[in-house]
Parts: sequence; structure tokens; C-alpha cells
Amino acid sequence: MEPRITYGAFAYDVAHLLGGGVLALSFVLLYQRRVTAVINTYAMQAVVLAMAAAWQGLVQGAPHLYVTALIALAAKGIAIPLALHRIVRRLDIHRSVETALGIFPSMALGVALVALSILVVLPTTMESQALTREDLALALSVVLLGLLMMITRRTALTQVVGFMSLENGLILAAVGVAGMPLVVELSVAVLVMIAFIVFGVFFFRIRERFDSLDVSHLDRVGGAHR
Amino acid sequence: MTLLFGLITQLLHVALMLAAGPVLIGAIRLLKARLLGRTGPHVLQPWRDLLRLFRKQPVLAENASWLFRAAPAAAFAAILAAAALVPTFALGMAGGPVADLLVIAGLLTLSRCILALAAMDIGTAFGGIGASREMTFSAFAEPALLLVIFTLALLAGTTNLDVIADALRGGTYGLRVSLGLALIAAVAIGIAENGRIPVDNPATHLELTMVHEAMVLEYSGRHLALIEWGVGLKLLVWMSLITTIFLPFGAAPAGASPLLWLAGLAAWAAKVGVLAAALATFETVIAKMRVFRVPEFLGIALLLGLLAAVFLFVSQGLA
Amino acid sequence: MAAMTLPGLALGGFALFVAALLLVGAAAVARPRFAALGALPLCAAGALLALAYLIGGAHPAAIAVPIGPPGVAMTLAIDGLSGFFLLLLLLAGAAASATALDDHQGEYAATAPFFPVFLGAMALTLLAADAFALVIGFELMSLASFALVLTHHRDEAVRTAALLYIGMAAIGAACLIPALALIAQAAPDLRFATLRAHPPEGWRAVAVLALVLVGAGSKAGLAPLHVWLPPAHSAAPGHVSALMSGAMTKVALYVLIRVLFDLCGPAQPMWWGLPLVLLGAAGAVLGGLRANMEGDIKAVLACSTVENIGLIAIGLGLALAARAVDLGQLAALAMAGALLHAMAHGMFKPLLFLCAGATQHGAGTRRLDRLGGLIHRMPVTTACVLVGGACLAGLPPSSGFAGEWTLFQAVLGAPRIGGIFLQTVISVTALLMALAVALAAAATVRLIGVAFLGRPRSPRAAAAVEAGLPARAGMIGLAAVSGLIGLFPGAVLALAGPAQHLLVGAAMEGRAGGLVIAPQADAPGYAAPAIAALLGLCGVLVAMAVRRYALANGAAGHRRGPAWDGGFGAAPAWLPFGDPLTQYGGASFAQPLRRSLGTTLLAARESVFMPEPGDTRPARLEVALHDPADTHLFQPAARARDALSGLADRMQFLTIRRTLSLMFIALVLFLAVVAAMEQM
Repeated sequence: MEPRITYGAFAYDVAHLLGGGVLALSFVLLYQRRVTAVINTYAMQAVVLAMAAAWQGLVQGAPHLYVTALIALAAKGIAIPLALHRIVRRLDIHRSVETALGIFPSMALGVALVALSILVVLPTTMESQALTREDLALALSVVLLGLLMMITRRTALTQVVGFMSLENGLILAAVGVAGMPLVVELSVAVLVMIAFIVFGVFFFRIRERFDSLDVSHLDRVGGAHR
Repeated sequence: MTLLFGLITQLLHVALMLAAGPVLIGAIRLLKARLLGRTGPHVLQPWRDLLRLFRKQPVLAENASWLFRAAPAAAFAAILAAAALVPTFALGMAGGPVADLLVIAGLLTLSRCILALAAMDIGTAFGGIGASREMTFSAFAEPALLLVIFTLALLAGTTNLDVIADALRGGTYGLRVSLGLALIAAVAIGIAENGRIPVDNPATHLELTMVHEAMVLEYSGRHLALIEWGVGLKLLVWMSLITTIFLPFGAAPAGASPLLWLAGLAAWAAKVGVLAAALATFETVIAKMRVFRVPEFLGIALLLGLLAAVFLFVSQGLA
Repeated sequence: MAAMTLPGLALGGFALFVAALLLVGAAAVARPRFAALGALPLCAAGALLALAYLIGGAHPAAIAVPIGPPGVAMTLAIDGLSGFFLLLLLLAGAAASATALDDHQGEYAATAPFFPVFLGAMALTLLAADAFALVIGFELMSLASFALVLTHHRDEAVRTAALLYIGMAAIGAACLIPALALIAQAAPDLRFATLRAHPPEGWRAVAVLALVLVGAGSKAGLAPLHVWLPPAHSAAPGHVSALMSGAMTKVALYVLIRVLFDLCGPAQPMWWGLPLVLLGAAGAVLGGLRANMEGDIKAVLACSTVENIGLIAIGLGLALAARAVDLGQLAALAMAGALLHAMAHGMFKPLLFLCAGATQHGAGTRRLDRLGGLIHRMPVTTACVLVGGACLAGLPPSSGFAGEWTLFQAVLGAPRIGGIFLQTVISVTALLMALAVALAAAATVRLIGVAFLGRPRSPRAAAAVEAGLPARAGMIGLAAVSGLIGLFPGAVLALAGPAQHLLVGAAMEGRAGGLVIAPQADAPGYAAPAIAALLGLCGVLVAMAVRRYALANGAAGHRRGPAWDGGFGAAPAWLPFGDPLTQYGGASFAQPLRRSLGTTLLAARESVFMPEPGDTRPARLEVALHDPADTHLFQPAARARDALSGLADRMQFLTIRRTLSLMFIALVLFLAVVAAMEQM
């Protein structure tokens, strides 16, 4: 079943609106000052992503995308946020987000990154549909914003959230392109990786050594301070 | 015939806006009270307050100038002029051809500047604090609003609200990421412009946290009544603006029969009701932010407006 | 014979007008009062002549005047563009001259002769039709205004400001003259008609653009060369700063337009408009923000001039870019916005400066933290300030709003000019424009609220006296003209039509009528009279209804009582003005903006001095601001200058042999360059 590729078609409008929602939530992630709010926003982003994947599954007639959607919803929308909340409670992590760059400057930088990704995506995809281009630009922006969040927020937890939001951008790009193989496998693999990073090593190692989750302490490993 | 219909809808519209402004405030107060577990005042309580205030003789400060006395009516007139231009139940009103979005924004700014000046007329610290903060907020809100207008104008090719509303009502543009971003920006601006939580608290009685209330602290009697009425009217203008642009379905097209007006009226009431409920819920669950966070909050709206315009360029393929 | 037609008559009239003004200047050397007395009727008559010329179709005319370098006659000409700017200049000039009639016991006597010369020089610049006359007029304008800035020369700050001003004028001249020389290089003579036929190309065109932007831009107050405006405008007397801000910056813009649009021809690339757009946007925001920070009325107004010039420059840049890609209608719209806003600003800014001058004389100071409550003592001045303030803040239905509305429409149409990169730039420009306009509104409320409303902050302000009859006449006249422009912007655009045809090949036909101005033909637009009528109707109906209801309930009129002030009560009797320090002042009003925007854009820093307990000194809040143009352009330039002069200083101590060898090297280098150029 071929997807309907007509400009302004309802199916594509909804897809782009959902993609835009994911991007807007990336900005909301950057805007948050509370760790719990960051986690909730991330969960919301995952839910919107799941909706986007499901919608793509519907309009592309690709049932495997429903699996992607289900993974996004169950794991990233529910399980991971719940676990993160538990970690925050158990480890008694400081509740406010420590920023390396102010909220507004990082937002402005984010808008600049979006403009940049548009400028990059447009010329390379000149032949394809205007709306597909918009979709790719959205996904690339989400990826870049995730990276931005990783470098402008200090605590390990927010960095992990930034990484996961980056990964959301990748999934968004993958589900948007019809006929992309291995979408499900990709999301599963990434999920496993996240699980490893999040629960396996990161928190407890830092917590044990430095009594804090501020990664800047890692800079001083082996230095004169400890 | 069209002209006659335009005139009739225009007059009905103005009467509706005037009557419904205080009712909207009353409805939001009632909803908030219910959400907090209180009984709350009657929906018409703001109207009763207004009528009582109109019957009271105002007390002016000793050094109040003519500007202070003229300001409430002038500010109200500016809001009313803006209200006359924003469609509610029907398009194609007599004022439609002059209903330019930039003009509407300008009229609202006019009313704000008049009130800010009046606030400084007595020479009290509170008046100054309110005026200073109000003008600062507006310095951030206006560029954001202009970017929203910019996006709409790029879509519809004009800044005329009547034409834009008609085009959006037709559904020619479908759902757009740009429109979504513009909607978020518009809601944030609307919250700031109307002094609602989290930017300002309309119910506060703690002077240091007030913005709009601090500006009008010296007013009493019928002057205060006009200002309060203006507050309700302005909120209604903003809600009508948002529904007209972003939820355009239901309004009667130009020259439609009076039966469609009724349908448009019902649709408009429902939409504004939904927005009012959303606002009441939002205000109940959220805390007021620090004054110096507000520019940041509006800065976000501004950036979203910018994104809306940029995404429109991409999807329209103007390149 | 051309001289018999209306354009010829007008041109002859204007040539006589310039000569007469110079004569008046000479006469004023003996009797200072002649300066204003002579200038007023001349300007009024000239304004009528300019109006008649523009209404009559503005057909171009030229004459040769036997003055100038040997063998070359000076050419004067008039066309739609110069006619439009002459009208602006002479209206502002008439109001300024009227105000100068009252010279406050000979306060202006020392520099009075320069006032008509200044006016005449500006008119000469506008009439010039060859490069030589243009330079003469422009430089005479600089020198005369420099002398006028020095009117209160006993004040140290005035001398510093004048020095900075003449320095900037010298830099401007050092760029403008080479720019004209570069254009004239390929042409046989210096007349504009000849220059037009030989537009510059390639690197020469780029050099012309850069030099004109510096040469004329520095005089117009285009960022980043705007630093001289606030001190110089503050230093000059009110009627002089009115002319400098309202007319002289416009004459500089005229030179910019004449060179970039007219002499350089339409065959320039699209990116030519970008520097103007970017510099304009930067200047607009910077000026708007600084207007919120300054503590002197005139400095506030000067900063807002920087803002408005920025807005006009955006319009000019868009017109230039749109013309280059053959979007004639859009170019006309952008040009219309620029010209309309130039005219609006050329009226309301002199108005505000005249009010500032009246305040200086009536209340003895221009400092915001010494003023307050002038609305009671100076009602006419305050009413005029309110009219000017509405224009400054861009509130409908004022003239400022009409200009900004048209400029915004041009920006909204501008994405058609180019690709996604340009479109992004345009979006950011729109954002910055709106930010600048909103900042101007905040600055206006601050200016009026602090200086004219509230309670007096000093005894002198409490005893302020209303301006004299001449000053009031000047202010009211300009306020009336501003009001008319606001109500009928279409009429101004009709007057600008010939200029637009000349510059961009199209005008606002079908788009600017008596009632509506619209971005496209047959589209809805801005109907200023309708909006004004709607506002008036709403105001009258509301006021009447409220009054009737109050009468019916026996609550008419009002009572007076002490200010409520949140329950703080009336001020004690030993504080004759209440306690004026508890009011919001200029610095406190600006604090939120200073903290949110000023720290990044102006490097604003606050420091609090808190004395020890027992210390009787007051606590103080010190605020430091730095204009980025100053810190990033002028201070490095000053350091470079010092380093260079250090180098040059060493040359004084060379031996004769070394000095001779220096000259020898210079001579050989010169010959080598000549040889190389002949090879090319």
C-alpha cells in the first residue's frame, strides 16, 4: 500500500504536527529547571513519539512500526520515567537542574541549531517532497537539541535524558521515511543500550565514588582534590 | 444587503463582547473556586461589582492630573475598538476590512501605555513598579506577537484578520507545525498580556507581587469599574483571537443567514468556554513565577514564534 | 524656456532661498535676533513652495550656478526626492525657527548666525546636482551644526560632545568624498546626470557602498557609528537638536539614498540591501534599549533617533534588495515605508526636542531624576509631548504607527526576495524590529511618566513655568502636522510618489489612497481615519454612558483625598513635595529591562554601596553601561590611533639621512604605483 503523497493531505499534516510536538517537547526539556519535570517531559516526548510512530504505521501500512510505537510507549514513556523517578527518590538527587549555560541562551542556541539543521537538510533533499524535508529537519533538530542538552546540563541524570531525547530524534527520522528497514531492531538495540547506561554503571559508580551525580567531579579523577 | 448584515453583526458583536467580558471573568473565578473545593461566587458577580462601582463617586489623589481622570475611558475605548475588530460568531462584519492584526496589537498596546502613564501620574512607588514591569513584559511580548502575525501573514498573504480567519476556516492550510508552534506562542503571550498566572496574579492583594493591580491601585469608583471591565474585555478579545485563528470552525461566513449566526454563537461560546476551563485549571495547578523569570518565559514564546516562521519557509518551499 | 514652468520656478525659488538664508546668517552677525526672524518666513514660504512643487507633479529641473571650482559651474536641481526631503526640512525648520524667536535673553546670540547657515546648507545638500555641490553643502552643514552644538561652550561636557561630533563628521567626510570620487572616476565630469550614466561596477561599487554607509551613515546615526548622537543632541540648544535629529539625519539619509539608489544605478546585486537591513536592525534595538537607560531627556530622544533611523534603514535595505531582483511592487512598498517613516520621524522628533528645550527652560533641567509633575505647570508642553510620545511609541493612529505599519508590511513581503537563508534573516529582522518598537514604547512611557507626571523631584521642577508663545507655536504646529500625517498617511505617500518612481520605478498607485494604505492593490490595509474614528467613537460613547449612569445615581463628579499608595498615607508636612524619592525614577523604571536585556547587550553592571551601620552616608546603587559600538569599535580604534601616533612620534627623532631615505622610499613607492596603474 503506497502512502498518499499529496501536499496538504491530512495524514501528512498529522505526522508533521506530531513531529513538531516532539521538537516542541525538546524545547520544553531545555526549559525545565526541576529534575522531576525533566523526567515527566521526557515521558511526554516518548508518548508523542509513540503516537508519531503509530500514525506512520497506519498511513504507511507498516505493522512493524506499531512495535516501535509500543516499545516507545511502554519502555520510554512509562518504564524508564518511573525508574528514573525512583532513582531520584532513592538517591536523594538534588531536585533542581544545574545548568552550564543559562536557560534563555541555551534556548536561543537551540533555535539557531534548528535553523542550522533546516539549512543543512534543505539543499541535500531538494528533489524530495517539501513535507518530507520538513520531517527530516524536525528529526535532525531533535537530535541536535538532545546533544545541546547533554552539553549544557551538568548532572548525569539530565545528561542521560538528553541522550535519550537525542535517540528519540533518531527514531523520529527512522519512522518518517517509508520503507526504512530495521526500525524495530534499531529501537530495541538503542533501548537495551540505554538500559545499560542508565541502570548498570552510571549512577551507582558516580554515587559510590563522589557522593554526587555531578559529572564535573569526573574531571578531577586522579587529581589533587581527592 | 451584505452591508446591512455586516452592520447588524458588528453591532451585535460589540454588544456581545461588552456583556460577555465580565461573565468570562466570573466563570473563570467560579471554576477556580470549584477546583479548589470552594463554592465560589456567582458567575454574574463581576457584573454586580461593576454596577456597584459605577454608582460610586471616585476619590482622586490630591495631585491627580487630567490624564489620570481621562485614562480609564481612553484605555477602555482602545480595548473596545480592538474588541470590535476581532470576530466572534460571524465573519464579514462591517469592521472587517479595517481589522488589521497589527492595528489590533497596536490598539492593545495603546491601552496598556495609557494605563502605565496613569499609574505614574500620582507619583507613588506602586504605580511606578507596576508601570515599569508592565512595559518590560510588553517589550518581550510584542515581538513574539509580531512573529505570530508574521507566520499568519505568510500563510494568508495579508495581515487582515477577517481574511486570515476566512482562509483558515476553509481548511486550505491543514494542520501545520508552524501553526502549532504559533499557537503555543500565542497562548504564552496571551497569558502575559492579560496578567494571568504564572506571569501576574489577578487576585493578589500582596502589593509587591502585583503588576497590573499595582498600576491601578489608586483608582476607585467608576474609574475602577471601567478598568475592571476592560480587563475582562481584553481577556475575551484574546480568547476570541485565539479561537478565530487556531480553532476557526463554526463561525458563520460573511453574509450568512441569522440562523448560522446562532450556530456560530454556540460554537464560539463552546470554544471560549473550553479555553476558560483550560485557563482555570492551568492557574490552579501552577504557581506564579518570579518577575525576572517572565522575560525568559516570553523569550521562549518569542523563539517559538521564530521557529514557526522558519518552519513555514521550509514547508511552503518558498525557497 | 524651462525657467518659466512650475519646477523651474520652484528651483529658482529654492536657490534664492539658500542665498537668502546665507544672507540672513551674515546679517545675524550684527543682530543675532535676525537669525530666527529671517529664517521663519523663509522656511514657511519654502515649505509651501515644496508642497506646491510636489503636488504639481514634481517634474525635475536643473540650473547651473556660476559658483565653484574654476571653469566648472555648480549645478542645482530639484526632483521628487529632493522635493520630498525639502518639505520635511522646511517644516521642521519653520517650527525650530519659531521656537528660536524667543532667545531667552540672548542665550543663543553667540552662535545665532550659524542657524540660518545650517538651514541653508541642508537645503543646498538637497538641491545639489553635482558631487562638488553635494560635498560643499554636506560639509557646511557639519560645520554650522558643530558651531551650534558649541552654543553653551562654557560647559565642559558640551565641548567634549562637540569634539566627538566634529571628529565623526571628519570621518564621514573622509569616506563620503572618496566614495563620490570613485563613482566619478569613469565619468567625464561631476554632474549627477553624467555620473548616473556611468554607474560603478565590481570592486569599485562595493567600495562605494562601504564608504557611503560610513560617510552618510555616520551622520544619519546608523549603527555602529551612532555614538556621537546622544552627547551632541544633549549639548545643543533645543531648537538646534530638533533640527539635527529631525532634519540633519534625514539629509544624511537623502545622501545615502541619492548615491546608493540613484547614482549607483539599478544594476547592483541583491546583497547590497543586506548591510543596511542588518545595521538598521542592530541600531534599532540598540537605540531602543539605550533610550530606556539614559537619564537625560534629550539623550533619551537621541537614542530613539538611532532606533528610528535603524527602522528606516531596514526599509531602504529591503527596497534596494527587492529592486535588484525586480520585485518592483515590493521595493515600492519598502521605499514607501522608509519615506513615510522618515517624514513622520522628521516631524515628531523635532516636536519632542522642542518640548525638551521648553522643559530645560521652564524647569531648569533635563535630568529625569530632577523633574516630575510638569503636567500641572506646563500643560501645553505636556500635551505636545503626549502627541509626540504616541508617535514615538508607534501607537495607532499616530504617524509613527503608520510608518512602522508600512515598514512591517514590507518586511512581511520580503521573504519573496530570496532563499531560505535570507528568509531566516528576514524573520530575525522582523523580531528585532518589533523588539525595537516595543522598547521605544517602554522608553516613551518612562520619559513621560517620570518627567511630566508624578510629583516634582526638585523645587525647581515644582516651580516650572510654561514655554513662551513662540515655543508653544512651534510645538503645536509640529504636533498638528504629526497628527495630520497620522490620519492621512496616504497623502504623504502620494507626495512621495515621484521620488519612488525615480528610485524604484514604481510607487503606491492603487495602494495608498486618502483612506487606506494597503500592501497590495485591492487588498485590505490600514485605514487610519477609520481607526481614529472608531477610537473616538468608542471613547465618546463610553465617556457619555458612564457620565449619564453616574448622574442618574447621584455619583457625578469626584472627590479629592490623599493618595492611597497601598495605605502608606499622606506625606508629612515637612516634606513640601511629599517624599519624591519614593516615586519610581528613571533608573528604577529601567531596572527590569536593564537586568534582562541590558546585561547582555549593554554590559550593564549594578553595584550597591551599603555604608556600615552608624555611617551617615546614604546607600547608593551605581549602574555602569557600555555601548557595544563604543567598547568594540571606538576604544580599539583609539588604542590603534595611540599606537600609530607613537610610531609617528618616533619619526621626529630620525637623523637627516633617515628622514631623507624615508622620503626617497615614499617617492619610489609612489612612482611604482603610478607605473603599475598605467600598466593596467
